[in-house]
Amino acid sequence: MDSGFTDSARSVVLDAGDIGRAIRRISHEIVERNKGAADLILLGIPTRGVFLADRIAAAIEQIDGEGVAVGALDITLYRDDLRLRPARALESTAIPTGGIDDKVVVLVDDVLFSGRTVRAALDALNDIGRPRGVQLAALVDRGHRELPIRADFVGKNLPTALAEQVRVRLVGFDDIDEVTIEGGAR
Amino acid sequence: MRHLLSAGDLDVDAACLILDTAAQLASVTDRSVKKLPTLRGRTVVNLFFEDSTRTRISFEIAAKRLSADVINFAAKGSSVSKGESLKDTALTLEAMGADAVVIRHSSSGAPHRLATAGWIQGSVVNAGDGTHEHPTQALLDAFTLRHHLRAGTGDLAGLRVAIVGDILHSRVARSNVLLLRTLGAQVTVIAPPTLLPYGVNDWPCAVSYDLDDVLPHVDAVMMLRVQAERMHAAYIPSVNEYSRRYGLDICRLGLLPPHAIVLHPGPMNRGMEISADVADSARAVMVEQVTNGVSIRMAVLYLLLGGMTDEDRKDL
Repeated sequence: MDSGFTDSARSVVLDAGDIGRAIRRISHEIVERNKGAADLILLGIPTRGVFLADRIAAAIEQIDGEGVAVGALDITLYRDDLRLRPARALESTAIPTGGIDDKVVVLVDDVLFSGRTVRAALDALNDIGRPRGVQLAALVDRGHRELPIRADFVGKNLPTALAEQVRVRLVGFDDIDEVTIEGGAR
Repeated sequence: MRHLLSAGDLDVDAACLILDTAAQLASVTDRSVKKLPTLRGRTVVNLFFEDSTRTRISFEIAAKRLSADVINFAAKGSSVSKGESLKDTALTLEAMGADAVVIRHSSSGAPHRLATAGWIQGSVVNAGDGTHEHPTQALLDAFTLRHHLRAGTGDLAGLRVAIVGDILHSRVARSNVLLLRTLGAQVTVIAPPTLLPYGVNDWPCAVSYDLDDVLPHVDAVMMLRVQAERMHAAYIPSVNEYSRRYGLDICRLGLLPPHAIVLHPGPMNRGMEISADVADSARAVMVEQVTNGVSIRMAVLYLLLGGMTDEDRKDL
């Protein structure tokens, strides 16, 4: 299947070009908002947030000329729905050396949905250190928030129905760059 | 996984899941806030019918780092010394709402009885039963071996490990033989014939009486404590003779390949199974074993209690 449009249950909303442009725009916005990349730390939320953070970091380095610290923040142990499923395997957490104290942390996730993942990430950050500020970047904001949380940098606002599934695929973890909506009646 | 009773119950995937989880949890030890909210509201009972420092404290720290409530129950000074049975003790703990019971008992099979008799609903973790098993010790040993000799990932395929000493009475040896075998390592147990159990030839390991023969061909050597409290018969002629033939001194340390490491589950009898200069050498990883023990026990408690339990399922 090369185009999702032939299948009524699955449609491609962002292709590789769109994702590349979204990542570049997010990177520009991050640099603009923070007046450069100094004191910035990008923390990707596993799984795909980590790959997204790496690509945003690479783009910021092209824009600003300076490297930016990147890491990963696993939020499994801070989830509020642990008791609804069997125990899950943990993903890796990698905090750049020097820690997050007095830095500006940009949390990076692929899809912003209920906001519960971000809530867990904020709790996790709290135990690791005291950043000067925390910002949130998401490739897709699909709405349906259950907590008062919003993103600072959004690749694409995507109105969805609750029954639909938004799937992000990113090169590095998957074989292509693609965001699709699956299921539900469209 | 509902209980952890035997290292033999773990397949490669389950064992690696515990090791990988422990590797992630190890980073908590380096943080300023050494606490995770994961087991908030769960109660872990440390039920120790036999003396222990390391294991009990290790389980206690592990449970507390995960925010569980911990109750320490030592048989000495409790109603057990007034003659209460295991069953009545278990029923009492159940009535008080224990989510997990970590049990050490001098009788082999006590944890199994506790887990299967239907006295309690919660998870049972074997923290050493008689001369049977001590699965979390085997897991922390495997974790330590993996960290030093396999870069901290995957299984232990091809690793050669010698386990030396009182195999007969050692629950550490039994659990290690089973787990290391599962992870693909080749284990040799070395002891005087009197300290090898009946049927050892059926164990998934090689058997030798000669330490010097084996040492040049292993990646790690695990020295076991000579358990004076279980030496009720004339197993060894004298401490000196045992020490000379089966003790690890600095000369024997020289027989090991340069990359090989020395483990000991503790507590050590310095001068008996291991000499003080070996115990303090850079090859000895005993202190790391203790640190890794906390991570392993956090991983086990998380995997047993961190997700949905039978009680949660009932509420749905």
